[in-house]
Parts: sequence; C-alpha cells; structure tokens
Amino acid sequence: MTGAIYAEGLVKTFGDVRALDGVDLDVPEGTVLGLLGPNGAGKTTAVRVLTTLLRPDSGKAVVAGVDVLRHPNEVRRLIGLSGQFAAVDEYLTGRENLQMVGQLYQMSGRDAKVRAGELLDQFNLADAADRPAKTYSGGMRRRLDLAAALVVRPPVMFMDEPTTGLDPRNRLGLWDVIQDLVAGGTTLLLTTQYLEEADRLAHDICVIDHGKVIARGTSDQLKARTGGERVEVVVHERERLTEATEVLRGFGKGETKVEDHMRQITVPVTGGAKLLAEVIRELDSRGIEIDDIGLRRPTLDDVFISLTGHVAELKEDAV
Amino acid sequence: MTAVSATPTATPQPRNAVIRSARDSLVVAKRNLIRMMRIPEVVIFGLVQPIMFVVLFSYVFGGSMKVGGTTDPGVYREFLMAGIFAQTVTFATAGAGAGIADDMHKGLVDRFRSLPMARGAVLTGRTLADLVQTTLTVIVLAIVALIVGWRVHEGIPKALGGFALLLLLGYAFSWIGALIGLTVRTPEAATSGGLIWLFPLTFISNAFVDSSQMTPWLRHLADWNPFSATVQACRQLFGNPGVSQSPAWPMQHPVWASLIWSIVIIVVFRTLAVRKYRHATS
Ligand SMILES: Nc1ncnc2c1ncn2[C@@H]1O[C@H](COP(=O)(O)OP(=O)(O)OP(=O)(O)O)[C@@H](O)[C@H]1O
Ligand SMILES: [Mg+2]
Repeated sequence: MTGAIYAEGLVKTFGDVRALDGVDLDVPEGTVLGLLGPNGAGKTTAVRVLTTLLRPDSGKAVVAGVDVLRHPNEVRRLIGLSGQFAAVDEYLTGRENLQMVGQLYQMSGRDAKVRAGELLDQFNLADAADRPAKTYSGGMRRRLDLAAALVVRPPVMFMDEPTTGLDPRNRLGLWDVIQDLVAGGTTLLLTTQYLEEADRLAHDICVIDHGKVIARGTSDQLKARTGGERVEVVVHERERLTEATEVLRGFGKGETKVEDHMRQITVPVTGGAKLLAEVIRELDSRGIEIDDIGLRRPTLDDVFISLTGHVAELKEDAV
Repeated sequence: MTAVSATPTATPQPRNAVIRSARDSLVVAKRNLIRMMRIPEVVIFGLVQPIMFVVLFSYVFGGSMKVGGTTDPGVYREFLMAGIFAQTVTFATAGAGAGIADDMHKGLVDRFRSLPMARGAVLTGRTLADLVQTTLTVIVLAIVALIVGWRVHEGIPKALGGFALLLLLGYAFSWIGALIGLTVRTPEAATSGGLIWLFPLTFISNAFVDSSQMTPWLRHLADWNPFSATVQACRQLFGNPGVSQSPAWPMQHPVWASLIWSIVIIVVFRTLAVRKYRHATS
C-alpha cells in the first residue's frame, strides 16, 4: 500500500537542466509533506508533474491510488492546487473567480455561489469580493488563489509556496486552515521557503537540491542530524573576548567559533540549562560583562544551510 | 480566517461527457464575455476598423473600381459589403489567439488544466465568446452598411442564411486563432500572428475586386480561397452585384463550398488546438 502521494524515480529535463533527477516521494494519507529546497531545486517542477500539468521524462507518480501519467483526468477529480504564482482572472471579481472554479469542479451554480461566499469570508476577502481581482494587492490575490484550491474538499492538495507574500496575520490564518484540513483527513504536499512553516505544519520534510532528494525525515530527525545544542555569548568589551573564549572552550564539546566583529562566541555543548548557569557564574566570577547569552537549539535554517551549503534565499514575494 | 471542517471528497464522476463538455464550455464562455464587457476598448476597436474600411473603400476607391461592367460607386458599395463582412468575421482569429495566449501567459491555463473539466472547454468557451462578439460587430456593421446604401434584394430568410455562413466562417477562423495563441504564447505575438496572413488571404480573393480581372493564376487561387466561397455565397444570398461567373466549383456552388470549408477548418484546427492544449505548458 503506497501513500496518498507517491513518486518513484521522477526525471524531468529542460534542455541541459535536470530539474528533477530521480525524485522519490511517499506521503501517507492524512499527513503533510514539506518540500524544501533552494531556488531552482525543482520543487515547482515536482508539483507540476504530480498535478498532471507536466509529463516527466521517466518515473512513476500515483496520487490517491491513481496513476498520474495514465489517468490524469481521474487525478484532477481528486486534487486541489495552488501554484507558485496566483492563477486568478484579473478581470473577474473574487466572487466570480471562485464561482467559476466551483462550476468547473462540477458543482451546481447555486452550490458554487454559496461556497464562494464562505471562502471569501474565510480568507478575509469579503470586502473586496465584488471588485475585479486586478485591483487586489499581491497578498489578496494569493489568498484568492488559495481559496480557489479549496473550493471543493479534495482528498489530496498541493500548495506551492502558499504563504509567500502573506502578512503575518494572514499567514497564521492560513496555517489554521491547513491544520484544519489535515485534521479532516486531507493529504497535503507543501513547498515553502519559510522553514518555520515546515516545522510547524509538516509531519515529514523532504529537502531537495538540483532535482535530487538530499535529506528526508521529521523536523526533529533532521535537526538531530545537524548537531545538538550550543551556547552563544556576546561579550560587552572586545578586550575580554579572548579570555571569554578560553572559558567557553572549557565547557565546550567541539570547535569554538568566534565572530570578532560581533564579539560573539559559539560553542557546542551538552548539559542544557544547568550548564548555561555554570557558564554564567564562571564569566561573572571573572568580571566579564556580557550583552547576551543563550542556549540555542538547531533550527531548520541550520539544517537547510548545512545540507545545501547556502542560506535559504527568501525571494521577493512573487505573486 | 476561520476554519470549517468537512470530509474531503472526490469530485463526482460526470454523468454524461457531452453535457459536461457543453456546460464547462458555457462556464468558460461566460467568463470571457464578462472580461470583454470589462475591457470594452477591445470590442470598440473591433468595430472601428470595419467601419473605417467601409468608408475608405466606398468613398476613396469606390469611383475607380469596375464591377459588373460599371464604375458606379453605388454598385461598388453593394459589391463591397460582402467582402467587408467576411473580412470582419475573420478578425476573430486575432481576438481568440490573443485571449488564449494571455491565459497561458498569466498561468490561468495551469489552473484550468488542473481542474476536472472537459478537455476542449477552455478553447471552446473562448471561441464561443468570440462568436458572440463577432455577431455584435456584424450587426453594427450591417447598420452602417444600410446607411451607406447597401441593401438585400432576395428577402430576409436568404439574407439571414448569408449571415449564418459569415458567422460560421468567423467561428472556424477563431479556432485557427486558438491554435496560434497556444503556439506563440504571448498576446502581442498572437495578435500580429493572427492578422498578418489574413491580409493576403482576404486580398487574393473576390472580396474587394472582381476576380475575373485578375491574372489567371491569381484568379485560380482566388476562386478556391475559402474566403471567396463565403463572399460569393453572401453576394448571391443578399442579391448584391458582382457574383463571379467563374466555372470553378466553389464559385458555382458557393453555399456548399462555404459550409464545407468552414466545417473542415473547424474539424482540423479544433483537433490540433485541443491536442496542443493538453500538452501545453506555460
Ligand atoms: N519551463 C521550463 N523551461 C526551462 N527550464 C525550466 C522550466 N521550468 C523549470 N525550469 C528549470 O528547472 C529548474 C527547477 O525549477 P523549479 O521551478 O522546479 O524550481 P523551484 O524549486 O520551484 O524554485 P523556486 O524556489 O525558485 O520556486 C530550474 O533550473 C529552472 O530554471
Ligand atoms: Mg518554485
């Protein structure tokens, strides 16, 4: 029995670019997979293949038990999609856009109308519902596009960077909507540049780069791989930096890192809060003044950087 | 945002493919008509051009054109109208092409292609909306034509038959436009790509000049031009002067020729366009 979204050896090339280079995925029913990767990694290409928009050169894809390559029409009855770039008709109002999508999902005109009204409320678009989408801000269009993906409650959903361009309040709102969908049994594949989002929503995370899966697991598993906790200290006076570094080296369980210009020292440790207290006491007894001290655990950002060798680029809000 | 729980369900299996296809096409056609209403410039420019042609051809060239052995400008005006009508309906090519290229460009085609809708509905919906626009244009143009002195002489039913052939030709050409739009992918290219070849097509025909005055090989082309068949059929059905006496089959049986040409164009270009749409990527 394979998951609600299953892919095996997906390959897609565009000229010389291997956008997908043998991607395997398996997303159990009712769970969320976070697909992470730097720009150009192949996330959107993977979504497009799984949602019947693009034929892979080779490989196999199954969504909700239906073969994507052999029965694309069947698959379309089972999925909802919100692509990376909002696909709304600018000259139609928000309401008209949603009604049209509802009718094309084979709802009756009346049901589509009712559903459009519900979604406009749910996505804070009620005030703008009867204005052409041309007049919407980027985040409003994004929300309209997401609403369009939710017009019916398909068992499998795909969202390509759903919160790019949303303000914090609407982002939190969308997280609620997603958590609610998943609680109802929907399976979701989500790509994102916001690692906090993957941490919060995804049961499993899959990191891809250059069209290949380079890591997969739960957020905790990936963080554990990247290393444990560490103490970070910012000393007040630059003159005391060397002395403080010596102190910390005594507590450390690995290489001590010093950033001169920020007067910051980082050292991997084990022992948690108790150890932190000891560090503070020791520094204090030597009269070394500190501006900041803390115990840090690895974030998904750390995981991402250590895996892909570069900072997760936050692109401009492309809506 | 507040959440509303519901159990996910698949979209129900359609009962009847033909009904679904018709319904989806109408949903898309409605969307395109709403767009046209909100961008009235496009419709208005679509009207200005044929009206300009009527005025230019009637009053500038009119006196120097010889039709049916006379240079009476009144006769030329009656002769001319069938040609202008036919040229106007074929401009639907550019509209359909630009509209579909725009949808590709804006990613809307991706949205449509991910929905469980009938395969050809996006294109059929667009061509149906263009047919509505063409009908409107033809009505306005007919009124202008009546003002400059054009008349029908064979009764209303035959005249309506002529208009039906014109609209069918326009519908057929909008499928050519659809294919162009899917191929070139930008609205600007689709507009020029939809118009460029229309000029030789409409000028190497009986639309504006009496084809019997052309050199033999051009006359041959003109006689078999799908466009000429419709123009000839309209002149016959409207009772307008300048009906070609050429022995070529399409000139002898213009109504049939016009019908056959339009249907062949629809079948061929619809098939190609729908196939292209299925594999289109933006
Ligand atoms: N239609 C196309 N034609 C040519 N190359 C393409 C096409 N689509 C994608 N690519 C290439 O394939 C690679 C993967 O692109 P993709 O859009 O899947 O990346 P992504 O992970 O979604 O990136 P981003 O985070 O920027 O959205 C890139 O190198 C891109 O240039
Ligand atoms: Mg992408």
